[in-house]
Amino acid sequence: MKKLILATAAMALTASMAFADGHSTTVRMGTEGAYPPYNFINDAGEIDGFERDVGDELCKRAGLTCEWVKNDWDSIIPNLVSGNYDTIIAGMSITAERDEVIDFTQNYILPEDSAYVAASEGVDLKGGVIAAQTATIQAGYVASSGATLVEFATPEETLAAVRNGEADAVLANKEYLAPLVEESGGALIFVGDPVPLGGGVGMGLRESDDELREKFNVAITSMKADGSLNILLVKWFGEGIQTY
Amino acid sequence: MFEYCTDPDTLSQFRWFSCFLTTGVHMSFYISFFKVLALLAITAPIALGFGFFGAMAARSPFLPLSWLGRGYIANVRGIPDIAFFLFFVIALDQAFEWARHKIKCPDWDQPIRQGSDFIVCKAAKLPLGTSPEWMHESYGFFLATITFALVFGAFAASVLYGGMRAVPHAQIETAEAYGMSPRQTFWRIIVPQMWVYALPGLSNLWMVLIKATPLLFLLGIEDIVYWARELGGTKTSKFTAYPHGDWRMWYFLFLLVFYLAFTRVSEISLEKLMVRLTHGQATSGGEAQRKAAA
Repeated sequence: MKKLILATAAMALTASMAFADGHSTTVRMGTEGAYPPYNFINDAGEIDGFERDVGDELCKRAGLTCEWVKNDWDSIIPNLVSGNYDTIIAGMSITAERDEVIDFTQNYILPEDSAYVAASEGVDLKGGVIAAQTATIQAGYVASSGATLVEFATPEETLAAVRNGEADAVLANKEYLAPLVEESGGALIFVGDPVPLGGGVGMGLRESDDELREKFNVAITSMKADGSLNILLVKWFGEGIQTY
Repeated sequence: MFEYCTDPDTLSQFRWFSCFLTTGVHMSFYISFFKVLALLAITAPIALGFGFFGAMAARSPFLPLSWLGRGYIANVRGIPDIAFFLFFVIALDQAFEWARHKIKCPDWDQPIRQGSDFIVCKAAKLPLGTSPEWMHESYGFFLATITFALVFGAFAASVLYGGMRAVPHAQIETAEAYGMSPRQTFWRIIVPQMWVYALPGLSNLWMVLIKATPLLFLLGIEDIVYWARELGGTKTSKFTAYPHGDWRMWYFLFLLVFYLAFTRVSEISLEKLMVRLTHGQATSGGEAQRKAAA
């Protein structure tokens, strides 16, 4: 009985704290809005995608009011550290280099494959010209693979480079490329073997923001535990995605 | 927008486009045109004001003021726009927040710079973290306006400075002979007459300003170029009801027409203004007008 009372009291306390917090804190979520299905702008002009769904759910569970902000991929980390928004939730893979500048929550997408897409079979992936988005793990991988790297500010431009022959192939997340290849009518095809890259996708936060990071970590754990994260993963990425 | 838009796949081409071009995301595109026009309408007079004060300061007989004016003109004209836009806006924003931090949170004991993080207390954030998104956007717009005005003000100052010096010296001597003070000479003789000399330079600046608006995107404002790029990008049927290929070329073509039309309209109105300002002036243009009338 005593235990029960204590537990209720503790629950009431944490609930009221969460409630109070929810009213006092607005968390600004920074995303790119150009990388479906992770995040993109829908027909209504709003930010949509897997990360929109996950982010809104996480905020609800953590009792935070969240506001979505769009930012260019190039300057997404500088704008976080200078305080223009509080989190990066933009399909950003957890890497050691980024971890030196910002902090990550635990991952909410397991490490995925990156894939090459080209206009025809038989391109030289180790010595040819490969396009990738600036400051991504794919760009880092291409640079170290011996191929000539051409970087672009947006994922759209990397694909355009392959279509117009400026690059032999593009390296990007497989999930991003799949719908584009499917609807290209054979103009674009997957080539070579998929490359496993990165430590999964997590939310990026300022190094000084430990409290907020813990809140999101707890919320992600609870979404993993009750399977709601898996439901969202399958909804946006299809049955082939690795679930928790 | 229209009732028949519920299932775009079944529509004829014309109807498909009428639906496609009126989606919410296209509305954002159209609104961004007004953003650009508003920026121009607000920035141009402020830049002209900066330019006027800059030129006045530069020709001041009081040395420190003159140095200030000359320093402003030389520095801003010398630094590449893009460096100015990237560095200055972040510095300005942090300067505001730093000042508010010092006033609002005097007992804050942690350092403001922790590694690469710039941390001020919550109350000093500008705008506050809790304010709605439109306030953040207006603040960004405000920073952009100041930056544009400052950059183009320096060029305008240089042009106006030249205009002031181009007013025939005989006129100034005559004004002095009539017993006007330097201040009276400046306001009654120089300022009314300098415009005709400054206008060719200023109209040039206006054209450059129109074309410089895509720099807005560097400042995080979603301008027409951002939306053209976003809307023109390949869209697959999974994520939109209106899938299409890479249409960026058409969107940018539209921007090209917009900018060309806009500069043409500006050119015509500036020419008209020039004709009015030339009237009765002791310049070759004024002389030509007088002869044509006679």
